[in-house]
Parts: sequence; C-alpha cells; structure tokens
Amino acid sequence: MSMRRVVVTGMGAVTPVGIGVSSFWESLKTGKSGVRRIESFDVTDYPTKIAASIPGFSPEDYIDRKEARRMDRFVQFAVAAAKMAMDQAGLVITEEVAPRVGVYIGSGIGGLATLEDQHRTLLERGPKRVSPFFIPMMIGDMASGQVSILFGAQGPNSAPVSACATGSNSIGDAYQMIARGAADAMICGGAEATITPLALAGFCSAKALSERNEEPERASRPYDRARDGFVMGEGAGILVIEEYAFAKARGAEILAEVVGYGMSGDAYHLVQPAPEGAGAARAMRAALTDARLNPEQIGYINAHGTSTQIGDVAESQAVESIFKEAAKHTPVSSTKSMTGHLLGAAGGIEAIAAVMALREGILPPTINLDEKDPECRLDYIPNVAREATVHYAMSNSFGFGGHNATLIFAKTNA
Amino acid sequence: MSDVFERVKRIVVDRLGVEESQVALNASFKDDLGADSLDVVELVMELEDEFDLEISDEDAEKITTVGDVVQYIQSRE
Repeated sequence: MSMRRVVVTGMGAVTPVGIGVSSFWESLKTGKSGVRRIESFDVTDYPTKIAASIPGFSPEDYIDRKEARRMDRFVQFAVAAAKMAMDQAGLVITEEVAPRVGVYIGSGIGGLATLEDQHRTLLERGPKRVSPFFIPMMIGDMASGQVSILFGAQGPNSAPVSACATGSNSIGDAYQMIARGAADAMICGGAEATITPLALAGFCSAKALSERNEEPERASRPYDRARDGFVMGEGAGILVIEEYAFAKARGAEILAEVVGYGMSGDAYHLVQPAPEGAGAARAMRAALTDARLNPEQIGYINAHGTSTQIGDVAESQAVESIFKEAAKHTPVSSTKSMTGHLLGAAGGIEAIAAVMALREGILPPTINLDEKDPECRLDYIPNVAREATVHYAMSNSFGFGGHNATLIFAKTNA
Repeated sequence: MSDVFERVKRIVVDRLGVEESQVALNASFKDDLGADSLDVVELVMELEDEFDLEISDEDAEKITTVGDVVQYIQSRE
C-alpha cells in the first residue's frame, strides 16, 4: 500500500520551562531547569518534595472562564497548547474540511486532581454533592473531546493511553491515520497534570522519584552516576500534522516531516524495562524500517532518559544494540533533565524538541551530567547545547506496562 | 426579596460565566443564560448549599427562569 507523506505545520507547548514553543526552546538551548519545590499542597510527609510544575499557567489566557471551570488542568494544558499549534499552522477548519481533520491527544493518567477533589467531596459531604461535571472532567479522552469541540474538528477522534509513551503513541497513531488516508490533518500529542497528593504518594511508594529536595534544579540527572529517580512534570505538547499535498495546497509553512513510527511491547514487567532494553530496541528498529533509514542517518536522538537507575541503562543498551558502531558518535540527550518527566505529555514536548533541533541545527543538552554512569556509554551532549546539522531526529518514549514508541522526524528543505 | 435575588445572581454569574446585567428575573437558564443540563444540576447544588435547603428533582425540573428560583427559595424560607 502506498502511504501518503505527513508533515508538521504547527506546534504548541505548555511546559515547566516555558509556555509557548519559543520560550520552551530557549530554555532547552540554555539548559534551564523547571524543577522546583511543590507549593500547591503540603509535602511534609512525602519523601519527595519537588516537581517540575507550571505555577505561571493561567487558563483564562486561553479559555473562557466558564469553559475552563469544566476542564481538569490536563485538559486546560491541552487546549492552550492546541490553540498555539493551530495558530502557527493557520489551519482554518471549514465545513468542507472538518470531517477530514481529527484529534488524537492522550493522557497517561487523566484528570486525577478532579478525581481526588470529588472523592473528598464524596467522603465529606456524600454522593449528592459530587459534581455533575466530575466524570466529563476526569476521563482521559477529554483533551481530544474538548479540542475537537473548540475547533470543530469532526474527523477521527480518540485518545491513546500508554502511560509515559502516550504522547508519542498519539502522534504516531495520528501520523498513520493521515498516511493511510483516513484524515488529511490531525491535532495530536499528549497532556498531563498529576502533581497531586495522591499521584505523588503513589510514585513515592513505587520508589520512582528523586529525593534530591535540597537541590531541585539538580534533581533530574539522566545518565549521571548520582541520579536517584525521575522528577514528575506537567504540561502538554501538541502538533498539527497534515498530509503533504494538503498542507502545500493551502500554502502552510512545513516545519518538518514525520517519516517513521515504531512501537512494541516489552511483555516483561509492570514497571521495569526488559533486560538490555529489548522492547525499546524493537520500537527503534520498527521506526527505522518504517522510515526506510539506516541508524547512521539519525543525527540526534531525544531519549526517554528519565533519570532512573535501570531505565537509563536499558535505553542506552537498546541504542547500542540497534546503532552498533554508529552508537558511539550519535548524539543523544534527555531534555527531561530540564523539563522533568511529563509522563503522558513527554512524547508531545519531546517531538517539538526534536523538530526544533532539526530546524535550528542545535541539539539541546542533558544537564546535570557531571559524572557519567560507566554503564551509560553514549554521547549524551553533557550540560551544553551543541550545533550540528541534522537530517533525521529520533524521539523515544517508554511507559509503565512495557509500551515503547519511537518517532522519526526529517528536516525539510524549506 | 432583593437579598435572595442578589445571592442567586452572584451564584449564576459565577457558575454560568454571564454578565450580571443578563441575570434578570425573567431570564431563562437554558435559552438566555446558555446553561446545559449539567449546569442546571450544578446550579441546584449550589443553591442548596447557599440557602441550606434540599431541592427535590421534581421541584428542580420546574425551575426554568431566575425568577422561578427566587420565588421557590422565598416560598421555602
């Protein structure tokens, strides 16, 4: 089956290091951390007291006040980022094109803050006081629902869930939707907002989070010997992607091309990666096959790299197993060292980082990399951004449950 | 009367995101103030809290305008 070409025409980001793509990218280039002490609730009894939050986000800047009140924070992030992406794309959804424009925006966890809030109401005040908006605010598909309502996008609409691979799976699934002809344009990506008492407690109990509370900005340190877990982040990363001829016909600026998507399942463990990152390797290989590329052609990998002991090693081993000799000189960085781990939104903002690296010829660094773990043997672009002309960039995302998703973007000669 | 109306008005403005001037006694929640079925359920809950009373589903169904609410609350006070 001959597949149609798919290009990126709009990007929107709400992140702990900046709201809007230019602010986000400026922070990545300059190695700025978005990790800070949690102020939104009392963290006295928690071993982890830090997160990559977005204290400056004001939903009223993007959404009518009444509508904003009916949205969980993750949906507010998604709507704000989608507006930015649609503004950049300049895509007007007329009655004629509406059925050909779809939305795929996933969330790893969904409206947890709403759930916690309403559960408290249930326990303290009884079932008759639970809000009629509780369910439609909480369910994880609602970013896709609300964005489609806002823009009148009547095409394919769903919301993949694959934990921390959600953002990449959403973009990859949307890309395939266009490639096989089911849509001409898709608004896609991921959104997450789980810096909440319950989520923090759960991740703490799972021993997944960094406890470097005294140095928040130094806490997320992928591949560094002294790393001690990931830092939870929040936000949204949304792309507008379109079929090539559809974008050209309306004179849209093409930011990059989506050329490869691969996915796999570890079939191994709830939270641990398969030994030697075997599942991650299968996703990377599948993406390379889809893109008809050899590993040597990849000029930059935006790694999953969450700053956990096992995960960083497994992904590095997976890169070595696929890239062989090329692994030694292929630059790899984890922008989570700056943004924290946005869970279901990670793949969204990291796709944007990959596209910006292609466009600007600048590879964002892995900050806080003072002493490399001897088991992590790749070139991680330590601490300082690097100039490099790159033709193809890969972005990896892996999730609890053993979901692995890899995207490949190509530079366009615009 | 004016006190009840003012309190109802404040809740309606806050919940439905409308201008105070729109909240007239003859304004219909659905037709004039843009409320959907979920808004109405939430509004009834807010009114129950504000005026410390219970509004049955049967009574709630009869409320269609701001004036209906004011009248209902006064009849219960």
